[in-house]
Amino acid sequence: MRTFLDFEKPVADLEGQIQDLKRLEDGEDGVSVAEEVSALERKAHEALKAIYSKLTPWQKTQVARHPDRPHARHYIERLFTEFTPLAGDRKFAEDNAILAGLARFRGEAVAVLAQEKGSDTQGRIKHNFGMARPEGYRKAVRIMELADRFGLPVVSLVDTAGAYPGIGAEERGQAEAIARSTEMCLKIGVPNVAVVIGEGGSGGAIAIATANRVFMLEHAIYSVISPEGAASILWKDSSRAQDAATAMKITATDLLGLKVIDGVIAEPVGGAHRAPAEAINRAGDRIETALRDLVGQPPDALRRARRDKFLAIGRTLG
Amino acid sequence: MNWIENVVRPKIRGLWPKREVPENLWVKCPETGEMVFHQDLEANQFVFPGSGYHQRMDAPTRLRHLMDDGAWETIPTPSVVADPLRFRDERRYTDRLKTAKAKTGREDAVVVAAGAIEAVPVVVAVQDFDFMGGSLGMAAGEAIVTGARTAVERHLPYILFAASGGARMQEGILSLMQMPRTTVAVEEVKEAGLPYVVVLTNPTTGGVTASYAMLGDVQIAEPGALIGFAGPRVIEQTIREKLPEGFQRSEYLMEHGMVDMVVHRHELRATLARLCRLLMKQPEPVRAAELEPAEPAPEQPARAEGDSETASAAA
Repeated sequence: MRTFLDFEKPVADLEGQIQDLKRLEDGEDGVSVAEEVSALERKAHEALKAIYSKLTPWQKTQVARHPDRPHARHYIERLFTEFTPLAGDRKFAEDNAILAGLARFRGEAVAVLAQEKGSDTQGRIKHNFGMARPEGYRKAVRIMELADRFGLPVVSLVDTAGAYPGIGAEERGQAEAIARSTEMCLKIGVPNVAVVIGEGGSGGAIAIATANRVFMLEHAIYSVISPEGAASILWKDSSRAQDAATAMKITATDLLGLKVIDGVIAEPVGGAHRAPAEAINRAGDRIETALRDLVGQPPDALRRARRDKFLAIGRTLG
Repeated sequence: MNWIENVVRPKIRGLWPKREVPENLWVKCPETGEMVFHQDLEANQFVFPGSGYHQRMDAPTRLRHLMDDGAWETIPTPSVVADPLRFRDERRYTDRLKTAKAKTGREDAVVVAAGAIEAVPVVVAVQDFDFMGGSLGMAAGEAIVTGARTAVERHLPYILFAASGGARMQEGILSLMQMPRTTVAVEEVKEAGLPYVVVLTNPTTGGVTASYAMLGDVQIAEPGALIGFAGPRVIEQTIREKLPEGFQRSEYLMEHGMVDMVVHRHELRATLARLCRLLMKQPEPVRAAELEPAEPAPEQPARAEGDSETASAAA
């Protein structure tokens, strides 16, 4: 069963008709509906294309959070071989909100940091809905240090609503953990590449997304605060999330325009959840191109370029 | 270049009565309700004598009480693009900025100063909660970067007073980008072998704590300050539980190993000066009575060197 978003209603209707016709064909043999089905399919595809070519920021937010959207786990399965998860921060606990480990990306050894939201109830609980606690960020620091020592590039897959706000997380230094992780991103002398595959939620995202190259999927969002959060603070009304999503400029196109990210990865028609393999492969191609450009550069040059890149953000806006 | 800012504007401002004088000359302690005469409170560095409650200070007041002779050099900070997102919630961001500038007489939330604390030269950045909740936007980010660069150029310790509700939401992602940007600045100070000392004041939350405010070589907190990543309201809504007593207050953070010390405002100058002298391997200060007006006694530096050698040999 496919989950349709409210604005996909025209497509849902068409696909419903297609299903009905196909059922009809199954029932009474001899009636050929093939022509009609393909016409409807074309129509549905066109409708989908039209809808997805002009998604509002709020609609993109819904797509970015779509339950069927490919998650970090799917990217790891498809893009990496020999994925070897490494667990724990060596201080307090293991945090499954961030998957980390060593792997081979298209033949080359790399380190991976990936925020996983989970796909069913059990998975969501296990991964805490992709909201990391300090341990997740401290594990990320540990893995980046390891990568730095062994000269392995770091690939980050970003997908989080934000760092977890809880008593224990605060007591164990959530803020400090995020700050150290961002610091480590800036410190390492190996290339790092980050892809926002769904939600880039504030500090919880930047902690692993301070990279030489930062990409976003076409319908991903990246924001300082969730649209709901901004609405409740600035409009004092959380139902104004749509307005907040628009005002805050959270889409990939917006961020490319503001020169905050280095590129947008086009999604298949109808969003990554309609053709996950294709979306993931495209992301993989972009990561590969970026790494090919960065691997082999001296550590100091990588570090300096990364710092200069972030320092330049905002300075060239007219 | 700054003639308009430095001369004309204060003059224009002078046409109206000064806003900083409180209408009510008596100030009420938020903890005990104790009434204190404003002048007495100011003389006590805005610490209520009865409860010890540390009232918030704006940037100039902070510097006046911190720096030797209450004097400092204001380091100019770069101007930034105003309202890059053309943001509007219930009000235009540009209007909010205008109001904040008029209210505080400052350009944004961070003031950078150079001066001395107990004769130790330092660069200080002060975040001002009065300016849109001390929120971190592009201007504040640039100011923190400028402070760091000034410290590196002059080879001085960098002291940062944090006070902020977090990110400047009206600048969206560009506000978030101040987290890595300020982290780069902090790294530059550290790589230059200079101390970076953070003083967390009430309140410091959000993205500010998740970047430069938690990366100090030494972390100091003023008593009773609210310090945390997520605000207490957000946490309560998420977990639907009552928060523990003293949660996210300075003393609680110290118990949990998150800050080095909680320092009363009256001890702050002495503490900062001592830390900077020790980290910069400067000689022990000469007591005022022994202080000679001209050059320092020649044996002072020599003795200090000997001391540090002993220290490293022992280490």
